[in-house]
Amino acid sequence: MAIKVTGLFKGMGVTFKELTQTIWPGEGLKRFAQPPSPSKGAATVQYPHEKEAPPTRARGVIALFEENCTACMLCVRSCPDWCIYIEAHKVKAPPRRAGGKERTVNALDRFDIDYALCMYCGICVEVCPFEAIFWSPEFEYSEPRIADLIHDKERLGEWMETVPEFEAYEAGAEAKVKKVPK
Amino acid sequence: MSGALLGLELSYWQLSILRSLGVLVAVLIPAGTFVYLFLFKMVSFMQSRLGPMEAGPYGSMQLLAEVGKFLQKEDIVPERADRHLFKLAPYLVVGTVLLVYIVVPFGPDLYFVSNIDAGVFYALAVSSISSLGVLLAGWSSANKYSLIGGMRAAGQLIAYELPMVLAIVGVVIQAGTMNMSGIIGAQAHGEIFGSGIIGNPYVLTQFVGFVIFMIAVQAELGQTPFDMPIAESELVTGYITEYTGLRFLLFFIGEFASAGAFAAVAATLFLGGWAVPASWADLDNNIFNVLGPLILLTKVMVLGGLIFFVRFTFPRFREDQLQRLAWTVLIPISLVNILATTILKVAF
Repeated sequence: MAIKVTGLFKGMGVTFKELTQTIWPGEGLKRFAQPPSPSKGAATVQYPHEKEAPPTRARGVIALFEENCTACMLCVRSCPDWCIYIEAHKVKAPPRRAGGKERTVNALDRFDIDYALCMYCGICVEVCPFEAIFWSPEFEYSEPRIADLIHDKERLGEWMETVPEFEAYEAGAEAKVKKVPK
Repeated sequence: MSGALLGLELSYWQLSILRSLGVLVAVLIPAGTFVYLFLFKMVSFMQSRLGPMEAGPYGSMQLLAEVGKFLQKEDIVPERADRHLFKLAPYLVVGTVLLVYIVVPFGPDLYFVSNIDAGVFYALAVSSISSLGVLLAGWSSANKYSLIGGMRAAGQLIAYELPMVLAIVGVVIQAGTMNMSGIIGAQAHGEIFGSGIIGNPYVLTQFVGFVIFMIAVQAELGQTPFDMPIAESELVTGYITEYTGLRFLLFFIGEFASAGAFAAVAATLFLGGWAVPASWADLDNNIFNVLGPLILLTKVMVLGGLIFFVRFTFPRFREDQLQRLAWTVLIPISLVNILATTILKVAF
């Protein structure tokens, strides 16, 4: 019983300490002499007025590097929400070597991601064998109309500029390391 | 609120309107201050964040914004609900709080109705009507979560009514009266070991009773360590699950207004109410009709801060732990407290 009661006071001490730390941030008793400054003590920021840079590996928005896309449809098929739409047509491309045979490649007509459906699982980024899809930490793209959340390939291409240089994983991690094309 | 106080002769209906407005102000000011000061700001600081900052300076108008939001919402009554009871329940809960305030004195001549001789008895009797409203809300919603929440609330309120009453009995024995003003007077003019410098606030001599009373108040209000009736992870929001708009707002006001009412009762019984120790000033002075409400409000804020401090610190009890605390810990201790008080009262 006695132990339980001291535990109660300990708990109240924790919340009280946090309260004073937020209102008068700092160490020692001198901080109480200063005027209260909760905006400094709080761990949060007042979002629309001040902004925090998200971590570089944050899953904000998916960017498309169109030149690398071969319309292989792997991302479309692996998407759990079916929120990626690809349409493409075949075009003739010049041969790789002089005198070689003319190649046939896929040209994208449409590459849409519906962010109203996307659940940011990242499987499409993971599965892309041609390094055409990347994570970008940008997150401010909410829209008043839900239909505007469908980003077409031009919009997705614009996000490419915000893709950060990829930092290597810690040693021993077996993960596919993507090279960001610049 | 006597007319003579203002130097006016008011007719009965004018007095009645003044009294109604006075009760509303007395209920809404502490409730609103509790919500802004403690629910919005104190908890935010305890969680290392700022809380509302946009509506008005430092978010002080946030409460008005919330009220405006709730007033705009549709008032939905579920199809299978018992319409009339469903609509009645929130008014019953809020009305109870208004009734408790009637007996709390705010100054030497400041009463809402009159100086009831059995004031303590009246306050306790009236405050338990709200459990009826809660049970009504749970039953009439035609929702299993509401029903379970209502049942839990009823069980909890009955279990904690008892230690609350028993804790107050100690105060009543020591003061020798059930009249709220009498209890205040006994505290202001009282003496501890022959010294009347700070009077005799019963929080010192009836400390055990005070602690039990505050725990029971916490449970009566359904504030967090005792919020089984609205345990949101199990019961959605218990008996208020089906309420929307204005009626939800009424339950919300009822919760915080009753926190204010109980804090006012506790301040009156244990901290000396509107009065300061009699050795400091002449308590019959007319100035205490102005200062009294402010002194009481300060004490109410201190006790309200304590209630919300506890609320934001501790996790929720399990249902059986909650009942065990009331029946096996609080009630025996309060009975011993009554016995000890009686013996000491007779001995001295």
